[in-house]
Amino acid sequence: MKRSQRLPRILMILAVVLLGGIFLFPLWQINLEAAQFPGGLDLNIWINRISGADGDDSIIQNINILNHYIGMQFIEPDSIPELKYFSYVAYAMMALGVLMAIINNKWGYGIWFLIMAILSVLAVYDFYLWLYDYGHNLDPMAPIKIEGMTFMPPLFGEKDLLNFYVKSYPQLGTIFMGLSIVGGFFAFWTKPKKVRS
Amino acid sequence: MLNTKSIFHTLIALSAILVLGSCEQRDTKTVVQGDAASMAYVAPGEYDEFYCFMSGGYSGQVTVYGLPSGRLFKEIPVFSQYPENGYGYSEETKPMFNTSYGMVPWDDSHHIELSQTDGEFDGRWLFVNGNNTPRIARIDLTTFETVEILEIPDVAGLHCAPFITENSEYLVSGTRFSVPIPQQDVPIDSYKENFVGLINYVKLDQETGEMSLDFQIEMPGYNYDLARNGKGKSHGWSFLTTYNSEQAHTLLEVNASQKDKDLLAIINWKKAAEYMEAGKFTERTTSYYHNTVDHSTGIASSEEMKTTRILNPKDCPDMVYFIPVPKSPHGCDVNPTGEYIVGNGKLSADMTVYSFDKLMKAIENKDFTGDIDGIPVINYESGVHGILKKPGLGPLHTEFDGKGFAYTTFFISSEVVKWNVEKLEIVDRQSTFYSPGHLVIPGGETKKPYGKYLVAMNKITKDRFLPTGPELCHSAQLFDISGDKMKLILDFPTKAEPHYAQAIPASKIQPNSVKYFKIEDNKHPYAALGEAKARVEREGKDVHVYMTAIRSHLAPDNIEGIKMGDKVYFHLTNLEQDWDVPHGFAVQGANNAELLVMPGQTRTLLWEPFKPGVFAFYCTDFCSALHQEMSGYVRVSPADSDVKLMWGLNNENKDEETLREMMK
Repeated sequence: MKRSQRLPRILMILAVVLLGGIFLFPLWQINLEAAQFPGGLDLNIWINRISGADGDDSIIQNINILNHYIGMQFIEPDSIPELKYFSYVAYAMMALGVLMAIINNKWGYGIWFLIMAILSVLAVYDFYLWLYDYGHNLDPMAPIKIEGMTFMPPLFGEKDLLNFYVKSYPQLGTIFMGLSIVGGFFAFWTKPKKVRS
Repeated sequence: MLNTKSIFHTLIALSAILVLGSCEQRDTKTVVQGDAASMAYVAPGEYDEFYCFMSGGYSGQVTVYGLPSGRLFKEIPVFSQYPENGYGYSEETKPMFNTSYGMVPWDDSHHIELSQTDGEFDGRWLFVNGNNTPRIARIDLTTFETVEILEIPDVAGLHCAPFITENSEYLVSGTRFSVPIPQQDVPIDSYKENFVGLINYVKLDQETGEMSLDFQIEMPGYNYDLARNGKGKSHGWSFLTTYNSEQAHTLLEVNASQKDKDLLAIINWKKAAEYMEAGKFTERTTSYYHNTVDHSTGIASSEEMKTTRILNPKDCPDMVYFIPVPKSPHGCDVNPTGEYIVGNGKLSADMTVYSFDKLMKAIENKDFTGDIDGIPVINYESGVHGILKKPGLGPLHTEFDGKGFAYTTFFISSEVVKWNVEKLEIVDRQSTFYSPGHLVIPGGETKKPYGKYLVAMNKITKDRFLPTGPELCHSAQLFDISGDKMKLILDFPTKAEPHYAQAIPASKIQPNSVKYFKIEDNKHPYAALGEAKARVEREGKDVHVYMTAIRSHLAPDNIEGIKMGDKVYFHLTNLEQDWDVPHGFAVQGANNAELLVMPGQTRTLLWEPFKPGVFAFYCTDFCSALHQEMSGYVRVSPADSDVKLMWGLNNENKDEETLREMMK
């Protein structure tokens, strides 16, 4: 009886801790493979930055150099607002999670779960829009133009793009976020409607 | 005493016997056994086990090969200008060639020496000597670039160099030719009165590897040929061979080959360092240059040094000794334990092996037969461990496998002989094609040889490869020495004339190899760190073009307002930050060279316009699919023209007005 009373609150706290994982690991990775790039080029997308493989500080410059031949706009992390405000959204959700754990109300947990679920879907949709924009919004003066060809990397999966074989998959950060949402849901699920005093 | 003629006859007769006696072995087809090819085979995409650094001899450079494949990876420009990448032509690298003789853009590089820690190669630096204009260069093994050249004053022909001590404390070197010091106008036949030899100790900074001439020891006027430093128990001592102890100054092939024995110089350098501490040196005014590359700018600068410190053995007892060594020796080599010193008397029929313990005992007991200019001569018999009888003809150089065996090259009988150092027994001999000079075993001069391969560097090539007219490549031969018998497994051609080589496990160098220079660390005063900083500045007749290169354009690529009589400095910064994306720079009418600029680096080419017109410049290193488009124009107007200075890229033109805005 006592254990099951404590469980939803523990699950909620756990969900908050798991959400913190998105600051420790990339959310998504796009890997470009070509003959001239042994091991491939890794583009890691984090909640607040874009990075290369370990020790590769110049991945964005190198991908931009390759992309400019097909007229793709430069990736400039400073001009991607999401990389700034997504962290605040995450902090806010963690704070809200802690608040919900204090209130310890079934509908409180439910709302937290719902907001998280909606935000995640929106984030993935936003990522899709960026990829679409990079892939389709090409400079008409580009040196290499291929009739009818666009260069949108896959959101999820693998694809041939000219000489590159591109792979795009979620990373540990997204898995932590998913687990956090699941945690929030089970907090809601295990919490009885009302607790009589 | 034999006269010269009879010695010659004996040698010819002996070689004839050896040649005839080993007739069957001379055919490569019988020498090479079944699986030889697979032993030297490095499959596509796989790496060699060892780096092998070879000197270039008359090319003045150093070449880098892989072992066991024998594949050439790189020629590192050292003592000779190299238009291929602008070394010695670019403003940054010109000072590397400054010497007290002026700008000397070539040399003759002989002996490779890798840095050591505790008697083993540590893979940090490589040193090599310039024979003609006495110099020692240091190559940084993270970048494979020459970063320092130190001239050695008052010597002539720095053949006997550079030989390192077991913790890279010192590089010892000796003069090949004795000369009057200071130089003076005297009759050549006053050799015996006026000519002096110097043995030089260059100190190494333990952190940076930077060289400084610590002291020079004044020695009798002989020819100093090769040297090694002691290791383990003999650490603290240097051993140098001399020839021409006859002190001949003409027809040396005869007149310097008269005595049955020449001398091995034995130097207690720890004692010498103590005498330096105690102030027992004299200072002499001289002139020599020290050229160093600044790490953060990549710019070389020269400093003229004006004094040198001399130790004289007469004032410094117990510092230098001689011991007789068989006739006209070339190498003297110390085995991995530091106990045995092998004298390779190239005109002697036998080889002498000295014992360090016995030498020390003889010195302790003052077992001397006399002295030369105050230098005690140790009694030959007292220092000798034993004689290797009739090993072959013309022994030149010996290295060791760490299993108790020595391997010696024989120039005249054209072979490598394997022998047991302790027992003085010959174990195996294999022909080489033809006439080897030096040989190398990876780590073969250190405390810890990797006794797996041996490379003989042959002086004569003849029919070994497809002919290329009268000038042929030199021929190296790789032997597998892991078994009891040496096995010939590969012939490979080498660049110029390698005199000596050293080989080191790839694992000691490969992980530290720099892929590109970080652009944020580039402190070159004329670097344009970003395309927005690309510009042209005029200072009187000097025009500085701050140009950038990134795939696939140069910025600016249109320049106008250059006038006849201007000196145009193209400062090209390669903005790439990726592995293996160098950019080149070539401009029509450049009377010096082209440039090859590594990612993150800045290099400068001076261009003096030769007539009015429009001239093209372009990238010379195929960098990308649009490399051929990576080009531009510079317009040259007459001296009195009023064409304004202007530069641009993609029709966005800038002038001195925008420059003022930029600089605000």
